[in-house]
Amino acid sequence: MAALLEAEGLTAGYGATAVLHGLDFAVEERGVTALLGANGAGKTTTLRAVSGMVRTGGSIRFAGERLDGLATEEIARRGVAHVPDGRGTFMELTVEENMRLGAYTRSDRAEVEADFERVFGYFPRLRQRFRQQAGTLSGGEQQMLAISRALLLRPRLLLLDEPSFGLAPLVVQEIFAIMRRIREEQGVGILLVEQNASLALDFADRAYLLETGRIVVSGPAADIRQDESVRRSYLGY
Amino acid sequence: MEGLPHQIVAGIATGGIYASVALALVMIYQATHHVNFAQGEMATFSTYIALTLIQAGLPYWVAFVVTVAVSFVIGVVVERVLLRPMHDAPVLAHVGIFIGLLLVISNLSGWIFDYTVKAFPTPFDTGAPMLGGLVSGHELGSTAVTLAVLTLVYLFFRHTSLGLAMRAAAYNPVSARLVGIRVGWMLALGWGLAAAIGAVAGIMVAPVVFLEPNMMLGILLYAFAGALLGGIDNPAGAVAGGFAVGIIENIGGAYLVGTELKLTLALAIIIAVLLFKPSGLFGRVVVSRV
Repeated sequence: MAALLEAEGLTAGYGATAVLHGLDFAVEERGVTALLGANGAGKTTTLRAVSGMVRTGGSIRFAGERLDGLATEEIARRGVAHVPDGRGTFMELTVEENMRLGAYTRSDRAEVEADFERVFGYFPRLRQRFRQQAGTLSGGEQQMLAISRALLLRPRLLLLDEPSFGLAPLVVQEIFAIMRRIREEQGVGILLVEQNASLALDFADRAYLLETGRIVVSGPAADIRQDESVRRSYLGY
Repeated sequence: MEGLPHQIVAGIATGGIYASVALALVMIYQATHHVNFAQGEMATFSTYIALTLIQAGLPYWVAFVVTVAVSFVIGVVVERVLLRPMHDAPVLAHVGIFIGLLLVISNLSGWIFDYTVKAFPTPFDTGAPMLGGLVSGHELGSTAVTLAVLTLVYLFFRHTSLGLAMRAAAYNPVSARLVGIRVGWMLALGWGLAAAIGAVAGIMVAPVVFLEPNMMLGILLYAFAGALLGGIDNPAGAVAGGFAVGIIENIGGAYLVGTELKLTLALAIIIAVLLFKPSGLFGRVVVSRV
């Protein structure tokens, strides 16, 4: 089976500073790939590179098509939904408006309404907060809103940047439980960046370990989870 | 002070013009954090287009609609051609562009349509005073038109998906791109809309102040004062501020400083707002941590 997303020799940087030095990685159709590593390893930059938010080199293929060189909005329109670090909430707008924006590129109105219901099924709290200004939501609710906004794009690939960041452990459990459902029910591939390595390895089927912009370990998530030396030297648990 | 009610009503009429131009300024400011100093000159140019069309024999309202449409296109083109390549440039470069644009368009107006002061027609009955002599037919008509435009703009931003996308692009361009909004085009649309609103303001004010290349210079100053007063990042506030400045200007001009010094009121308002309430009456206070 061909991979949904395939990066080869991916480089990226800000200004004159190179951050990624030639990454090769893939996300399978309906698969979950986790990117692990310490702060500053280049995880977020990798997601930004896929979304065309930073200058890149090398190649990125998505469903057989080149993404590199495309503008961010065009990449989104091809079915790549990115939940950025900081969640990217439109604070001044209402929860409803945030969700409508997720479906902005779609013209299948009836399907969009059905997707709203589906998303409320995952996150019932958003229905209660529907008319509320998004800036007033709690961190967990904003993360739910960000995932909902991404799902309403009806993506084939979901890029998730640290969905556990700044959230209470119980809320993190809740969100990951729902993401498992989303993965099964929505048939979407996921590229996950996560500080919490044990959480990410439980969820993912493939993992890559980044260190200062290079991949140092890669393989099936189960193998990495069991590899004591990798765990101790890189993942710290 | 038996003239006071008339001064207030007249203030609302000119206030509608200031409110429209203030809204045009705020729309661009919200999206780019730049004040388009050339907004007034673009409106003047549009007014010349309207006059040319009317003199060519087009019915007033046809000329009105065509002018607004053409102004929209001009606004879009100016953004795409002049501002787009500059979008990463520092603030001063933008100030330079806007001042350059102001001078070029002003001189273009004079060069194409000559510098003589021209009368501009109004479709409203100017002979008969309305509301018991309180207001002229043109004042009433132009207030109605500006209010209609402001309402349409409000409905567009509140209730259409394109309006929502434009707001999203202004508030948070990064997230807007991530949901597939073509932010660059939203900016261009904003410029087009601002130019169209400016055109309406120009056409409505020209019968009162007469048409010449610098017609909108003072009006832009009042509108800017109104935008600051209401809050430069708040469209509704800017509109309220525009109306307030119109009323202040008329009453102050009649009872306080006289017509010759009226424009200094705009300056006084600008300075007072910047000194005592920089965020304006309805603006958000933005605190940034360093």
